[in-house]
Amino acid sequence: MAVFDSNIPQGDLANKWVNHKNKINLVNPANKRNIDVIVVGTGLAGGSAAATLAELGYNVKTFCYQDSPRRAHSIAAQGGINAAKNYQGDGDSIYRLFYDTVKGGDYRSREANVYRLAEVSANIIDQCVAQGVPFAREYGGLLDNRSFGGVLVSRTFYAKGQTGQQLLLGAYAAMNRQINRGKIQSYNRHEMLDLVIVDGKARGIIARNLVTGEIERHAAHAVVVASGGYGNVFFLSTNAMGSNVTASWKIHKKGAYFANPCYTQIHPTCIPVSGDHQSKLTLMSESLRNDGRIWVPKKKEDAEAIRQGKLKPTELAEEDRDYYLERRYPSFGNLVPRDVASRAAKERCDAGFGVNKTGEAVFLDFASAIMRYGKEQAAIHGNHNPSETEMRELGEKVIENKYGNLFQMYEKIVDENPYKTPMKIYPAVHYTMGGIWVDYNLMTTIPGCYAAGEANFSDHGANRLGASALMQGLADGYFVLPYTIGDYLSQDIRTGKISTESPEFEAAEKAVKDQIEKLVANKGKHSVDHYHKKLGKIMWNKCGMARNAKGLEEAITEIRELREDFHKNVLIPGSANSKNSELEKALRVADFLELGELFAKDALHRNESCGGHFREEYQTEEGEAKRDDENFKYVAAWEYKGAPSDAVLHKENLEYKNIELKTRSYK
Amino acid sequence: MNLKLKIWRQKDANTKGKMVEYPIAGIEEDMSFLEMLDVLNEELISKGEEPVEFDHDCREGICGACSLQINGEPHGPDRGVTTCQLHMRMFKDGDTITIEPFRATAFPVIKDLIVDRSSFDRIQQAGGFISVNTSGNTIDANSIPVNKDDADKSFNAATCIGCGACVAACKNASAMLFTAAKVSQFALLPQGQIEATDRVLNMVKQMDEEGFGNCSNTGACEIECPKGISLENIARMNREYLSASLKK
Repeated sequence: MAVFDSNIPQGDLANKWVNHKNKINLVNPANKRNIDVIVVGTGLAGGSAAATLAELGYNVKTFCYQDSPRRAHSIAAQGGINAAKNYQGDGDSIYRLFYDTVKGGDYRSREANVYRLAEVSANIIDQCVAQGVPFAREYGGLLDNRSFGGVLVSRTFYAKGQTGQQLLLGAYAAMNRQINRGKIQSYNRHEMLDLVIVDGKARGIIARNLVTGEIERHAAHAVVVASGGYGNVFFLSTNAMGSNVTASWKIHKKGAYFANPCYTQIHPTCIPVSGDHQSKLTLMSESLRNDGRIWVPKKKEDAEAIRQGKLKPTELAEEDRDYYLERRYPSFGNLVPRDVASRAAKERCDAGFGVNKTGEAVFLDFASAIMRYGKEQAAIHGNHNPSETEMRELGEKVIENKYGNLFQMYEKIVDENPYKTPMKIYPAVHYTMGGIWVDYNLMTTIPGCYAAGEANFSDHGANRLGASALMQGLADGYFVLPYTIGDYLSQDIRTGKISTESPEFEAAEKAVKDQIEKLVANKGKHSVDHYHKKLGKIMWNKCGMARNAKGLEEAITEIRELREDFHKNVLIPGSANSKNSELEKALRVADFLELGELFAKDALHRNESCGGHFREEYQTEEGEAKRDDENFKYVAAWEYKGAPSDAVLHKENLEYKNIELKTRSYK
Repeated sequence: MNLKLKIWRQKDANTKGKMVEYPIAGIEEDMSFLEMLDVLNEELISKGEEPVEFDHDCREGICGACSLQINGEPHGPDRGVTTCQLHMRMFKDGDTITIEPFRATAFPVIKDLIVDRSSFDRIQQAGGFISVNTSGNTIDANSIPVNKDDADKSFNAATCIGCGACVAACKNASAMLFTAAKVSQFALLPQGQIEATDRVLNMVKQMDEEGFGNCSNTGACEIECPKGISLENIARMNREYLSASLKK
């Protein structure tokens, strides 16, 4: 049944998308009224897809577990969104954005998809501005830009540290307009628990109403899964508490291949873990690396003194500081890509230079930026000989204007003032490049089932560049999926309404009800979080920033044992017929416990280091990732066969016709 | 630290709720308020009791899911934060903490501390948008210059997270600050002008229909708003409403 063909259009890279759009079948507006589409997830990808599909005339049903589409976790994205507008005249172009993204992804993404992403990036900014998204502007009234890691141009558009929020509220507003017209029915506090396949095509879902516990059947001509990434398999991550793999995992179990599950992004700048009670980690935007300098003490005894609170970081002389990113990577400095920055932080901390009580933190310091901006501001205001205090005051205002909300967040969590003393940061799980395998049309291996945004695998290879997640989510939802899905739906104009009264719906509903009943009836000993935290520890220690064959093999066994224990001994109080957060969590963790094993299996099979996947056995003498293009230049797409250990590997070979494969260097 | 918690427990929308006391020990000051509740819930689960239900998601102050009336204040005693960002260092050993859901007719309780805020969604659906289809050939973003001051003010209004603290803080349970934030965001931008008249009339009409109270300019909403949305927005909405009413 599975269709495993990337369907990349023929022709020149630059013309593929245009040619493809010209050739694909369209659906007449009158027929669109008779076609239903389900969209699971209402973040940037799902929200924008739902709104656009409804504008086109399809009947859309959206599903989200939150109480409102506006709360999807895209809202937490901070720093910005990339677009090849070249408003700064610094030499940016579609090709450069394409090139940076493929290189940043360590040559493990599909050229054609990435080129299309770069191509539509400029449209996203136009669309969002037209919707009233209040991006940051310069005094002349035009849009402002900043830089992100792994690039040498300023192409990132932003709205202070709340870019994700503003873009999501834009997509939410576009959805609201369609809800108001009756073209979108929005099912909030609903969770998709299975996909229904009829005659080999995705024809609907089984969802649970999280308030009443009712199990519902919903039919449609196509199903779009845009339910985000699976970073919460690590328990501690920057994802929202509810972010989960369930929708993706359910379609995987129904036939959608899961691609590159081991490609995880560990973000270098997060607030370090403070204790065992910790429930989640908070990101400090990559945009801070525009102005912040990362360092640890040069001498171990200074690091020790700082850890014990005997020495303040501000007291340490300039020559006693090791700005290790600037030292190791002079051309990109503090703006190296995330995987490189994270590993470098780990290397310094493992070597004993960490600066907080756990030894797992480095400094992100704004002192020199504050003075630099202060001097500039003083000069603008006609003061050419400012005192240090004057410079600091003016400089702090500039920093506050750029990153105010991030500094406030930091201060509230850590109880230290980052304007006066450097921030302490450490890498944390942030994003998953892996995900459901899709073809050029964003269709999974199940006909009629699509995956968009972070839920799919397509554009970021083995490492995502900063400010590209928002770009991809909106590109998929606004500009790609609404076209490509029409090609598929054009065959469905005579199908008529899909009935939920079929044996397939019956069977899927029964399976869901059985699973729930079993979990609730299980009078076990331990809470869901007990298992989730254990899973997270295994993942972080053995499938985290550095992996090796031995650890991965252990992880596979440990996860399997933990999963068995979970099904025997998990305890879920309350009933299935009401709001029950423990039951919701249990259903999600059950899926994480399966995904975790596939994740480790994928990491074990990939005998190379690339991007976020760093195998200790495969590194250069300088500790950089060592790729093996001869043997691993492919997408690993896993087919479900009854248990994660039985998953079958399918390889999609990656071809690079427009970019020369090179060892990635940011030196 | 050791604390005494008084928490509102309510089985569902149709059952009467009551305050229940829970002693809790071993709370660290670095914990967030919700992490403190996690500790309580783990204890309850281990005893086979139902944990306290509360809304939460991002736990970094941006999604707007968490709510809670803590010692009578929405999002508790700290300023400029949501409940998930409130840390236990704001409390001291031996304190009694009262935890209730946000109270408003338009926010019915679903269970324990969870309320239904879909009335907020319906206000947005009534007009909180600019009618522009996705096309891929809208005009270039820089062809609509916006004065930086207006753009910044629009952004500040747009940072509303839709948590409902303004309603919970208001003695009249008014949603004026919430509604005004969206009206203002668009009123300050050239793109928002075309539909300005209908937008403000429709949103205010929906707000009234949902059962939110009137604004009596007390200003509690602005003080309790975790995002510091300014009262100026209400003044701006009132001007917009007046001029829209005259046009219609």
